[in-house]
Amino acid sequence: MHDEPINRRAALGAIAAAAGAAALRPFETVAHATPAGPITRPIPSTGEELPVIGLGTWITFNVGDDAELRDECAAVMRAFFAAGGRLIDSSPMYGSAQPVIGYGLTRLGRPAALFAADKVWIGSGDRGPGQIEESRRQWGVRRFDLLQVHNLLAWEDHLATLLAMKEAGRLRHVGISTSEGRRHAEVEKIMASRPIVDFVQVTYNVLDREAERRILPLAQDRGIAVIANRPFRQGDLIRSVERHPLPAWSAEIGATSWAQVLLKFIISHPAVTCAIPATSQVAHVRENLGAATGPLPDAAMRRRMAAHVEAL
Amino acid sequence: MSEWWSYTLSDFLMFSPRTYYRLLERHHAAVWPAHVAALGFGVTSLALLRRPTPARGRVISVMLAVLWAWVGWTFLWRRYGTINPAAAYGAPAFALEAALFLWLGTGPGRPRYEVSRGAAGGLGLALAVVGVALYPALAPLSGRPWRQAEVFGIAPDPTAIATLGLLVLASGRLRWELLAVPILWCSVSAATLWAMGAAEAIVPALAALLVVASAAMSGRTALALQRPPPEN
Ligand SMILES: NC(=O)c1ccc[n+]([C@@H]2O[C@H](COP(=O)([O-])OP(=O)(O)OC[C@H]3O[C@@H](n4cnc5c(N)ncnc54)[C@H](OP(=O)(O)O)[C@@H]3O)[C@@H](O)[C@H]2O)c1
Repeated sequence: MHDEPINRRAALGAIAAAAGAAALRPFETVAHATPAGPITRPIPSTGEELPVIGLGTWITFNVGDDAELRDECAAVMRAFFAAGGRLIDSSPMYGSAQPVIGYGLTRLGRPAALFAADKVWIGSGDRGPGQIEESRRQWGVRRFDLLQVHNLLAWEDHLATLLAMKEAGRLRHVGISTSEGRRHAEVEKIMASRPIVDFVQVTYNVLDREAERRILPLAQDRGIAVIANRPFRQGDLIRSVERHPLPAWSAEIGATSWAQVLLKFIISHPAVTCAIPATSQVAHVRENLGAATGPLPDAAMRRRMAAHVEAL
Repeated sequence: MSEWWSYTLSDFLMFSPRTYYRLLERHHAAVWPAHVAALGFGVTSLALLRRPTPARGRVISVMLAVLWAWVGWTFLWRRYGTINPAAAYGAPAFALEAALFLWLGTGPGRPRYEVSRGAAGGLGLALAVVGVALYPALAPLSGRPWRQAEVFGIAPDPTAIATLGLLVLASGRLRWELLAVPILWCSVSAATLWAMGAAEAIVPALAALLVVASAAMSGRTALALQRPPPEN
């Protein structure tokens, strides 16, 4: 986890990023490619660079006390960090996923690169801090890099808690999450109000593009980082497109598989900070991180990609 | 829950089929050789149906009480709960079923389990035999190894299905108090298996449906018998 206090460089970066974010036009590419690692994007509020592919943990990391499957999850995490990944997303809603992440982190010697993104998900505002503390214990981190109010559940109370934690230095970023197009009007309301949240997490993929209409432009406008969940519609999307041959234009965007085509579509939207595919397989996590390398599609190619997948 | 209409059954499934079936496999290894006792209880229950007496009815009720408590504690509470927090609600329901079997199944007015002629007798016996003897075969039929099979008295589905069968065979009015938990369990399990894409979801679903239909019909017959004959 990133535990250093925010330094001067980061602070200056944050100011520059916030000013720059407001001026962004749609489809203007702001991604940075480092020679060895994956493409990164700055978190607008702090300027900290995040790789454009993260790791989700819904279902795939809920393996209970199954020692063999826990080791498989740790292997997925090892491959994720080895390929330059940082952000892991989870929630107390995901069964045993949090202790399984904690197990993996211990096995890997607590990788410094980790960007720990978790959620608070409980109907009572008063019980939020207790749940957060339990999650922190399960992950085994000193503090979270990001906490999101999961599905906007009791969001008024939880946001107040998270903002106070951030103020006190016990949390680095504050966010909200939703999925499958639910409660977008409320998401917009929160994004537009003050104090501004650092992150918003919504569903965004080549077929679910509702967020493009208002949420993504608003995020650019307000300088809010965007996490795109359900990049493969929980696997349904990838299973349905994989029945068809990989389009010839995939080579133009440096994609060697359907998974990479789908991910490159998401991360090439300039408002998107990262996509968080979940996987239980080392080969898949490597393939997914591979989408964060090479060329990204431009606006014209993105339209072509969406039309192609819609027509399948 | 907001916008409940936008949720589908699969939105509630929080583990993969692989994790679930491995959980069953690990459970078998952990509780072995309890299978021998569980199967012994099952076969004894079927054998006791041959010459029903009140005392034999009591033995069946006690065995079912023990198995419901055991499955609730070992499978739901200790194992399934590790990947499905909702199992924490299932376990007390299983304990309640065990308590009900002890209370209603052994006291005065306790049921006698007997195979009557007619559709209800056939249905009850069929469900009891499916639950006790045939259910494990669903694993190889679905392309899974035997060690991931669901076994009576060890896993909840065959236990609930065999129990429903025995309750259909119980003399007197079908007791809703005793039917409620197994029917509810079969419905929840069918929904879970369906979300997992497992065709065997049809078995608990059908068992629950047939027992509800049978109970409704037996209720009607009982009412018809109580009604005074038409005056002429
Ligand atoms: N409201 C919220 O806050 C919210 C809601 C939904 C999701 N989320 C977050 O977003 C994450 C991602 O969404 P999701 O888990 O629903 O679905 P997803 O990432 O769209 O899809 C996951 C599925 O895709 C498969 N997959 C992954 N990489 C693959 C590859 N390279 N090739 C083929 N198949 C591949 C995985 O199977 P294998 O295991 O076989 O690879 C898995 O079954 C979640 O894990 C969660 O962290 C948050």
